[in-house]
Amino acid sequence: MWRDAVLVAGKDLRIELRSRVALWQVVPVAVLSLVLYGFALGPGRRALAGAAPGLFWLAVLFSTVLATQRSVAIESGEGTRDGLRSSGIDPAGVFLGKAAAVAVELAVLQVVLWAAMTLLFGVHLRVGWLALVASLLATCGLAVAGTLYGALSAGLRVRETLLPLLVLPILAPVLLAASRAWAAALAGSPAAGVSWLRVLGPFAAVYLVVGVVLYGPLLEAG
Amino acid sequence: MDLVVRLRGAVALTGRFPALSGADLTVQRGEVVSVVGANGAGKTTLLRLLAGLVPASSGEAVVLGIDLCQDPAAVRRRVGLLGHAPSLYDDLTAWENVRFALRSARVPAELGPAALERVGITGRLAATPVGGLSAGQRRRVALAVLVARSPELWLLDEPHAALDPAARSLVSELVEEAARGGAAVVFSSHEPAVALASSDRQAVMAGGRVLDLRPGGRRAPLAAVGEGGSHVA
Repeated sequence: MWRDAVLVAGKDLRIELRSRVALWQVVPVAVLSLVLYGFALGPGRRALAGAAPGLFWLAVLFSTVLATQRSVAIESGEGTRDGLRSSGIDPAGVFLGKAAAVAVELAVLQVVLWAAMTLLFGVHLRVGWLALVASLLATCGLAVAGTLYGALSAGLRVRETLLPLLVLPILAPVLLAASRAWAAALAGSPAAGVSWLRVLGPFAAVYLVVGVVLYGPLLEAG
Repeated sequence: MDLVVRLRGAVALTGRFPALSGADLTVQRGEVVSVVGANGAGKTTLLRLLAGLVPASSGEAVVLGIDLCQDPAAVRRRVGLLGHAPSLYDDLTAWENVRFALRSARVPAELGPAALERVGITGRLAATPVGGLSAGQRRRVALAVLVARSPELWLLDEPHAALDPAARSLVSELVEEAARGGAAVVFSSHEPAVALASSDRQAVMAGGRVLDLRPGGRRAPLAAVGEGGSHVA
């Protein structure tokens, strides 16, 4: 399973590097959304700083939908899905590999977004480890849940519009918990943030297990 | 008799409609069987059923001694399917596609370069993203995967379609090599005369059933088959 996961993740990341869809579309859209949020909130630094964690994770959330759609699209080419099914590759490995590739893309996106947010909103992290742990757990949760729901919508003709409808409500707890943890990290009060990690960890773990179990049947059904 | 395929009254559904409605077919090791019929006759579904990609809803479907209803995954590992659309990623090069396919199938990737060379994808072509290759070249790349995997049952869905004479000749050579190596080959075609000349038997399909099995002309050594079904020395 792990060997297959590495194989699939490597393939997906290589495709992304070569097509540059994530680099030229997902990242600019996320940065642009931060700028537009800034316009909507006005020039007051205080308001921007207060809203920064929520805006950051909202941008990450919408980017998750784009990255997931892209991940599904890679396998939606006529023949490639059959190729995966007939190769004998472990479906759980495919799920883990695809989720890992999405997670890597989201991690890179967060670094860029963080730099943009520091520049635009003038915010600084005071508890770096809390923000890092929250990011890691939230990224895992977003990637595994996104990949699972991406597989669920893969065989449908309306998947581009259906996927956001399916996945955004499901990802709402991650948005809430990651935003609160980051707000605590920005405010320098780790005790308030740690409790939100207890939401992010189980969310990621539950969807990881569900994805490993269900991805095979979803791949067959798609 | 070493049977690779045994279908008896196999039914397979596409949605709620039977694309196969009681198909009967046997294929032996080393045998080449062509499948012909009009559009919608069930040729592609038959091949996908044999590849373990479409379940049989009733009837008997045994491939390589394995009941397809019981363990389709075990069958998939031992058969190779070349579908209408090759299973390739446009942004990966020919070599990267072959390497990924072989590694996923637990076949040493070292077999890839020789297979690519066998199908005429060498040098710059092997390093070109397949999205930039012609349809015929893409089909050659997909064939390279089959050559390297060397499955026990080759399933080819209209392998000669949209290919130039050289590529058609290559497909026929590879089919012949596979059969002589002990594999069974089932391929579909819209050109009955060409297919009959290069197969041991020809299954004529209509309405999801095999209506007729004709003896073919394969036993004569096949150098190459040109367009229109004429043998080219």
